[in-house]
Order: sequence, then structure tokens, then C-alpha cells
Amino acid sequence: MDSLFGKTGIIFKRELMAYFSTPLAYVFIVIFLVMNGIFTFDLGGFFIRGQADLQPFFNFHPWLYLFMIPALAMGLWSDERKTGTIELLMTLPIKLRDAVLGKFLAAWVLSGVALLLTFPIWITVNYLGNPDNGVILAAYIGSWLMAGGFLAIGSCMSAMTRNAVIAFILTVAICFAFVASGSAIVLNAFSGWAPEFLTNAIASLSFLTHFDAISKGVLDIRDMLFFAAVIGAWLLASAIVIEIKKAN
Amino acid sequence: MIEISHVTRKFEHFTAVDDLSFSVSEGEVLGFLGPNGAGKSTTMKIITGFLAPTSGTVTIDGHDIRTDPLAAKQLIGYLPEGAPSYPDMTVLGFLEFIAQIRGFSGKEMQQRVEKVLNDVDLSSVCEQTIDTLSKGFKRRVGLAQAILHDPKVLILDEPTDGLDPNQKHQVRQLIRNLAKDKIVIVSTHILEEVSAVCTRAIIIANGRIVADGTPNELEAQAPVTEAAEMPTAPGRLEAFFRSVTAQEA
Ligand SMILES: Nc1ncnc2c1ncn2[C@@H]1O[C@H](COP(=O)(O)OP(=O)(O)OP(=O)(O)O)[C@@H](O)[C@H]1O
Ligand SMILES: [Mg+2]
Repeated sequence: MDSLFGKTGIIFKRELMAYFSTPLAYVFIVIFLVMNGIFTFDLGGFFIRGQADLQPFFNFHPWLYLFMIPALAMGLWSDERKTGTIELLMTLPIKLRDAVLGKFLAAWVLSGVALLLTFPIWITVNYLGNPDNGVILAAYIGSWLMAGGFLAIGSCMSAMTRNAVIAFILTVAICFAFVASGSAIVLNAFSGWAPEFLTNAIASLSFLTHFDAISKGVLDIRDMLFFAAVIGAWLLASAIVIEIKKAN
Repeated sequence: MIEISHVTRKFEHFTAVDDLSFSVSEGEVLGFLGPNGAGKSTTMKIITGFLAPTSGTVTIDGHDIRTDPLAAKQLIGYLPEGAPSYPDMTVLGFLEFIAQIRGFSGKEMQQRVEKVLNDVDLSSVCEQTIDTLSKGFKRRVGLAQAILHDPKVLILDEPTDGLDPNQKHQVRQLIRNLAKDKIVIVSTHILEEVSAVCTRAIIIANGRIVADGTPNELEAQAPVTEAAEMPTAPGRLEAFFRSVTAQEA
């Protein structure tokens, strides 16, 4: 793996092991699973709906990620600056890109592991009925892509400050804007007076709009490209912020 | 050879390093001296490519640290001020990580790590996580990662700070024993260290060079009245240090 992914792979491995060498990874996974259980079976009316699909499960993901993903991302860069290890990392013979990507991928893989561990819910729905597993697979992919978008925003916010709590709050705020811009409340507020293209533009920037489309089983390449673009743009912004702020 | 050419670094309106130029050749062990806030660490951060200079250039064996950073960084081993390392990692895990980044793997990596654990006396704590180590041991971990790849250029920011007398002695021995074709820059506030290991000393104050010469040359320039009270070489160096930096600091 190290030879295949080079320096990015080495950073990735270190970061992933760092998650598991503190309770953070375990706490994240356990809370993620518990919250998913509560949202899906209780609040989501999984049984009452009497439908064999996972819509209530996936519908909550944007809101669940809003608080969970920033916790995963908040230390990515702020901790390096706080402990001074950023000076070590940035004077090693690696490219900034290796560090930004390696850290992001470690967090993204961890969120993917947490997501995969929700498989009992998938088994349950298959046991109870005959769901469209293609739709479910698409929704899983969409959910993971969305997590990546949140994480990339978190990476950038973490690079902004040496204080992880501030990074958390900033990430929640920006992610909220990206989610809420697609919610009915916001869009209705705009559609009354704003030109339609503006309302559409706001909606099209929302994670919600694109995730909804994917989670209904429509794996449109444009929705996937949207998340890829979001991840790419925020990671690029992370690199720029690190370059500017690393010494402060 | 390292060449620092007209390097200036400003923070807001404050000039930490002011048009600094010097070069260091193979075989030289340069003591980098100066009062607190003189700009020693800032200069080292610029040489190692962590900080960009506001103006000026640094080349390491011909590789410009700004335009050819990877090649330059390969040649450098660097102990940053305060010896930062990842607190949640074990000593062994940390050094293996550094070794991998430096391009070692498999058996060679094991040998490198083992050798360096011996060199700085860390074998006894190699399974411990770094945040459980004492200050001196943490410093040794920082030193270990800096010398792991047997670098051509070694830049050490206060390497003996917080070490016990035995370790201080050992680190000086280590620096002295480095192969003769290496370039070493050590910053320190301990002037006996300069007399003991350095072939050359530069004193900076307010980001500018105020003295540059062999420790013997600098000692000889100590003010006569003070030098008379200082029988030892480090004592005379200290007298000289004070005479060139006191009014400026
Ligand atoms: N990021 C920064 N922002 C603003 N000022 C800075 C920054 N980094 C360093 N300085 C200032 O630059 C000056 C030089 O600092 P530097 O750390 O290089 O000193 P030093 O010679 O290493 O001192 P010491 O012996 O205490 O380690 C100091 O006045 C310091 O306050
Ligand atoms: Mg310093």
C-alpha cells in the first residue's frame, strides 16, 4: 500500500491509526450507530411506515452528519498546530498535497467504516420485506460522498485555527448552510420574491438536493460530480489556508 | 553547502530576521547564538522550508528550499524548537513513521530505527506513548527523528535543552562523532557547548549577525576587563556575547 499510494498512503495510515489510538474512533462509531438506530426505528417510523426501504434511515443522515462529522474533522490540522507537529510534518520531504489528502482520506475511511457497520439495519429490512437493494446501495454511496463533503469543509476549518472547538463550531455553521440551503423552509423563503434562477442556484448548491436525488436510487453522474467538486474545492482551500497560516 | 542569502522575514511590521547572509560548508559545526527573540528559531524555520522568507533565498547543496523543496528537505534532519512529536504514538511507531516518510521500508527501516534508538538511548521506552515520556526523553525522540536518515545537513534548535548532564554529554559526543562531511547548525544558550563542539559560532541580535568566527576568535575579542574575571574559555565567550548583544537586546 505504501508503495502504491506513496507518501499519501503513509500519512493516511498514521492518521487512521491515530483515530484508533484514542477513544475518538470508537466513540464516533458507537454514537453514530446508536443515533442511526434511534432515528431510524423510533423517530423515523421505520416499522409504522410498513414499507420495505431505508428512506427514514438515510433521510436523517444529513442532520446526523452535521454534528458528527465536524467532530471527526476538527482536530485534523488544529491539533498539528497546537502541538507544533505541523513544523515537523511540513519539513519532512512530502508534498502538502500528501498531507491534506492523507488526513482527509483517513477521516473519510473512518466515516465509511461507521456507515458500513449500520449493515444490521439493511439486513433487517431485507428480512422484513423485499427492498430495492440497488436503491439502498446508491443511497449508501451518496451518504458516504456527502460525508466526504462535510469532512472536506471540516478539514479547511480545522486549518483555520489551532483551537479544535472553534474548528468544530465553524464547521457546523458552514455545513448547516450547505444543508439548509436545500431545505423547504429556506427555498420557500426565497421563492416568494427571488428570481427563479437564484432559488435554483441556492438549491443546487445544497448537499440535501443532491443527496436526496442519489438516495432515491438515481445515481446521476452530476450529483456525484457535485460532491467530488465540493471535496476537491474544500481540500484545495485547506491547502491554501495551511500554507498561509501554518506559522502563526 | 548551505547558502543563506539576504534573507529577511517580517511578521506584520516587526522584522524578526533582517537581511541575513551566511554560508556553512561541509565539516562545519555552526553554533547559532543570540539572546531570546534574536531570530534564531525563525532563521532555522526558513532554512528548513517551514517558513517562507519575506525576501532572500536559501539553497541546500544547490537546491533552493522554495523552488526545489523536496530535494532540499531530503538532505535535512531537523529538530524544531520544543521537539514536537505526536503524543499518542509510541516512540517506536513514531520513528517508524518518520523512517517510512524518509523512504525506508522492511529490514532497512528496522535497522535504522534500532540504530537510532541506541544512539540516543531510547530502547528502554520504545513501547511507551510519547505523552508519557519525561521532557528529556521527548527531546531525545525529536533528536532521533532528526538523525534517523543520516542526513547531510543537521539543524538542531536547542537540542540539549532539558537534558540531564549525562545526556548533554552524549548529545555533544553524537554531534562530534557525525561524519566529517556533514553540515551542522545548532542553536543553544549554553556557551560551553559552543566551545566543546562547534567549529564556528555566529551571534545574532535583532535578526542581524553581530559576530562570526571560531569560538577561539570570539573569546579573544572579549572586553579586557571582563575577560580578566573569566578564566575559562566559555566564560570569555560569555563576556564577548554580552558585550555584542547587551545594548541591542
Ligand atoms: N509567528 C510569529 N508572529 C509574530 N512574531 C513572531 C512569530 N514568530 C516569531 N516571532 C517573533 O520573532 C522574533 C524572533 O523569534 P525567534 O523564535 O526566532 O527567537 P529565538 O532567537 O529563537 O529566541 P529564543 O532564544 O527565545 O528561542 C521574536 O521577537 C518573536 O516574538
Ligand atoms: Mg528559539
